[in-house]
Amino acid sequence: MKHNSLNISRERIEDFLFLEASLLDEWKLDEWLQLLDANCTYQVPSNDSPSSMSSKALFMIADDKRRTEERVVRLKDRNAHAEFPHSRTRRFISNVRILERIDIDSTHSNVKIQANFTIHRFRRNDDIRTFVGQYQNELIVTDQTIHIAHRKAILDAYELGAMGLVSFIL
Amino acid sequence: MYKSGYVINDPSNHDFQVNRRALVEQSVLDDEMELIFEKCWIYVGHESEVKNVGDFQTRSICGRPVIMCRDSSSKVRVYLNACRHRAALVCRETSGNAKGFMCFYHGWSFNINGELDGVPGKSSYPPSFDQSKLNLAEPAHVDSYKGFVFVSFNPKSSSLHDYLAGAKEYIDLIVDQSPSGSMEVIEGTQEYDMKANWKLLVENSFDDYHLITTHSTWLNYMKRSGVEIKRPEKGHLMPSHGIGKALGNGHAVIDNVNFRGRPVAKWIPIYGEAAKPEIDKIRAELFERLGEERATRVADTNRNLVVFPNLVLNDGSSVTIRTFHPQAPDLMKVRAWALGPVEESAEARSIRLDSFLTFYGPGGFATPDDVEALESVQKGMATFKEIPWSVMSRGMAKEGEQLNTDELHLRAFWLQWLELMSKKDEGQ
Repeated sequence: MKHNSLNISRERIEDFLFLEASLLDEWKLDEWLQLLDANCTYQVPSNDSPSSMSSKALFMIADDKRRTEERVVRLKDRNAHAEFPHSRTRRFISNVRILERIDIDSTHSNVKIQANFTIHRFRRNDDIRTFVGQYQNELIVTDQTIHIAHRKAILDAYELGAMGLVSFIL
Repeated sequence: MYKSGYVINDPSNHDFQVNRRALVEQSVLDDEMELIFEKCWIYVGHESEVKNVGDFQTRSICGRPVIMCRDSSSKVRVYLNACRHRAALVCRETSGNAKGFMCFYHGWSFNINGELDGVPGKSSYPPSFDQSKLNLAEPAHVDSYKGFVFVSFNPKSSSLHDYLAGAKEYIDLIVDQSPSGSMEVIEGTQEYDMKANWKLLVENSFDDYHLITTHSTWLNYMKRSGVEIKRPEKGHLMPSHGIGKALGNGHAVIDNVNFRGRPVAKWIPIYGEAAKPEIDKIRAELFERLGEERATRVADTNRNLVVFPNLVLNDGSSVTIRTFHPQAPDLMKVRAWALGPVEESAEARSIRLDSFLTFYGPGGFATPDDVEALESVQKGMATFKEIPWSVMSRGMAKEGEQLNTDELHLRAFWLQWLELMSKKDEGQ
């Protein structure tokens, strides 16, 4: 494997994650989709099997790119009742770490990262629901761009419990 | 008072209504715990969740902490998870394999057969102390049907076999997916709270009247993915024919001709071209083994079964076991699992799990809107003093067949509820 000359700093990864969080909080879902690689997966494992594979264990979300696009179509529809009106969310991303960098070629690197998240969800006439966990993502990084190849949101709670649903993009 | 105040059942006038107090009052929930949850057979888990001797699962059933485990003779047992000394939990893990259970408080230990086999400082107890009478306690009855384990806290319960009545036929249809008749719970539990009365989830679990409006985004997803959704026939709401049926003892089912994808065994484009041969193979095996008539029922119908009071077995986009326990009149804890044949291939298992998520669960394309609907109902229930009654008479004026979008099956549940709750009226 050749080593390329891309500048992949934690700061650059953080900027990307903050941008992503901002788009999701603002419900700019079409713009968010632009951040996903063509073969992107988006997964939320069940609380009791955080390290399993979705082909072997029941997850809560195990989307390929196509289904993530359909999820966005659904969420933009006022008949997605669980998210109509849209909940307000506020995401805090921290403890960002670059775990592994594999340089695919001279212009592309595959970067495994992890980051902690706290997401508060607010709805009228409802309790505040707080989702705490960790992203374990794989990013495809070039000189100018970053795209998400795999996106896994692992919740720390032993059960989904009072969080109730994973109806918005976690 | 339950007979007169909570349900109006007047078949001659085609009138059936449920009083909303049944869904908001704490006293009703208290009576339900005593007259329903402590009287009926209640689902605990599946034998496949404790495959080997010493395997255990802990869960909360009717508000009681219990341990389901496989004892040294390979029998599935259910113990109350409370030390006989001071009641501390003897097992605080969710699942695992154990030689026994030791209470960490004073060190009393119980073997995997529930026998008290260790009491520190036993010599200080008086001669009347009888260790053999202090084994882990068990519910009055524990029994299983085709791997589904139930308990009853009622010493006078009828047998589980009799209790399940017509529901057995519909459990059999699910189990027939497996060539060896062995289904297993797949790893991964969906556990979530719903801020709604538990009976609303019973109704919702086999209420097809809501499908078109509540789940239009799911239907759109199916259509956009190449699934043909036919226009309903005149006078119908659903794209295919389906019926509602009472099965005795409050159990009931909707039994519909399939129009969606099924891991056993109807391919849809969402599964991907590569999955086609696998689904064809499963289908062929089924027809070979069961014959056309039975195989068609297993493979080409979707069935939502409610086993009174709180077990739902849905065989549709996948097979799911769903059970729920009330915490308050307006709060329940839901647990759901995926169920599959033990011998299914890795590929078939993957299709099954993927198909599950097209519809079911807290992140699925349909369940979140069910939750929203039920929580919305519960909020509206705050008007119960001004608007006391919910009408539930769909299909009542019809002779013969009742549709899945009618409400015969909901009424069957409520009539059993009323029957059991009326024991209160008799002062029992």
